[in-house]
Amino acid sequence: MIFFDQFNTQIVVNLTYILASMLFILGLKMLGSPETARKGNLVSSSGMLLAVLVTLLDQSIIDFTWIIVGVCIGSLIGFIAATKVKMTGVPEMVALFNGFGGIASLLVGSAEYLSGFDQNAALLIAIYLTVLIGGVTFSGSLIAWGKLSETISGKPYLYNGQQIVNSLLLGVLLLAGLEMIFFQGMFTENQFQILFIICLLAFTLGALLVIPIGGADMPVVIALLNSFSGLAACAAGFVILNNVLIVAGALVGASGLILTNIMCKAMNRSLANVLFSGFGAVTTIGSEAKVSQGEVRPINTADAYLILEAAASVLIVPGYGMAVAQAQHSVRELGELLEANGAEVKYAIHPVAGRMPGHMNVLLAEANVSYDVLVVPEDVNPIMETVDVCMVIGANDVVNPDAKENESSPIYGMPIIETDRAKIVFVLKRSMASGFAGIQNPLFFKSNTRMLFGDAKESVSSLVAEFKS
Amino acid sequence: METQLTLLFFVLVLSIFLGFELISKVPSTLHTPLMSGANAISGITLVGALLASGSGYVSQPLTVLLGTAAVTFATINVVGGYLVTNRMLSMFKKKETE
Repeated sequence: MIFFDQFNTQIVVNLTYILASMLFILGLKMLGSPETARKGNLVSSSGMLLAVLVTLLDQSIIDFTWIIVGVCIGSLIGFIAATKVKMTGVPEMVALFNGFGGIASLLVGSAEYLSGFDQNAALLIAIYLTVLIGGVTFSGSLIAWGKLSETISGKPYLYNGQQIVNSLLLGVLLLAGLEMIFFQGMFTENQFQILFIICLLAFTLGALLVIPIGGADMPVVIALLNSFSGLAACAAGFVILNNVLIVAGALVGASGLILTNIMCKAMNRSLANVLFSGFGAVTTIGSEAKVSQGEVRPINTADAYLILEAAASVLIVPGYGMAVAQAQHSVRELGELLEANGAEVKYAIHPVAGRMPGHMNVLLAEANVSYDVLVVPEDVNPIMETVDVCMVIGANDVVNPDAKENESSPIYGMPIIETDRAKIVFVLKRSMASGFAGIQNPLFFKSNTRMLFGDAKESVSSLVAEFKS
Repeated sequence: METQLTLLFFVLVLSIFLGFELISKVPSTLHTPLMSGANAISGITLVGALLASGSGYVSQPLTVLLGTAAVTFATINVVGGYLVTNRMLSMFKKKETE
């Protein structure tokens, strides 16, 4: 730079990093309310732009060719992915992006390690953590992406001695870390070897951690991987001694942890239980012993229409099934017709409905449902008796009364949307198969429940047609 | 070196607390955009990637190679993350009073 000597440039760079950190913080704060959220995202992205631009002033950058190549390819892929993805595909894309953040941090750590400049123990610890967390994030996210996009089975996959294998792996990783940091050349010949081994171990660990986890627990996993991608960036910040990486990484790490905690609470399970118990696989065995709980009362759309037409308040409870059937637009149309008919329509959304935190909210927003009619279980449960019709669309475990009534049920204690207390419950469902958790749902057998069998989208569309005719 | 490290730790701890404070107030409606927005922020590792990628191919071929791969991945994360978040948030609307 012509106008600055080196000292001044450094000050400008550092002050800009502080500004960028402030913009990140401000942006996250504005994400806290729907009115300001979009602006908040813009603020946060301008922070990122500033941080990147000012980094390019750094004296150590002597050649821009490769930077341009990387930025162009990355921007193109990012742009295409973000504009082309369907809203139902957002969970797997976020999972994939988490992974990319992780691998980027891993590569930064590796580049620094192999550049071979003066490396003290503190730096080596930071490099080790960056590679470890980045690697786990990357492979874990790839598996999560595979499960969410159903490239690989979403079923929990359990094998005997899983805990032992994981502990062994952790032990070896720890040894490799010790060698990397304190005893270079003890087991391996050079830096490449030890780095390669640590990467490989970290990838294996990430994959083994996510593979046993079932599809319904994915909200927890994505939130956790989100946290990890932040922590990897944070560790990379200690590698290159850069404060903006540390601030931004810690913010993301904290946000991911909070979301993880919220998701766990919503399922009344501990994080360890989600990660290591393979929920679905265990409970299917338990539920087989159960006897049938009575008679199911089916209903057809014509009768359902008559009941809906007379209803003064309707509560819609969407679940993953709505996303699979792509029924959100038909649901919104039905909601509008019901409102025009004089009914009060609300949507009750359970925190773990769908495959990522807030999944249902995004789908309904896409379908133009106003966000002020989306409510949480705590708001609707106390007034459930006053609800005339409750429509459960593709949700199952989050409305299972066993969580309240049956102490032997594996989901006992989980906060649910207590639809069974509404005057009439319609359950839109393909068949009588049990939900992701593999548990029977007594709601289907209650005397106030009517089953509307069939594809959710078709059922809702034919209800819409009834209203219009 | 030691003072710098201590200072960075100080920054780390404060940021974590700040993060907890900020995020615990976000309503569940916005959890997905929050996550993808936070995800985009974690692409800040791009800063480190740029430094590695620009360190000169002739003297540091390996660093440049790894750095450029890192730049690519981090840019996907940043650009894709912010764009998809913006796309999602643009859909969150309140019904206009007619």
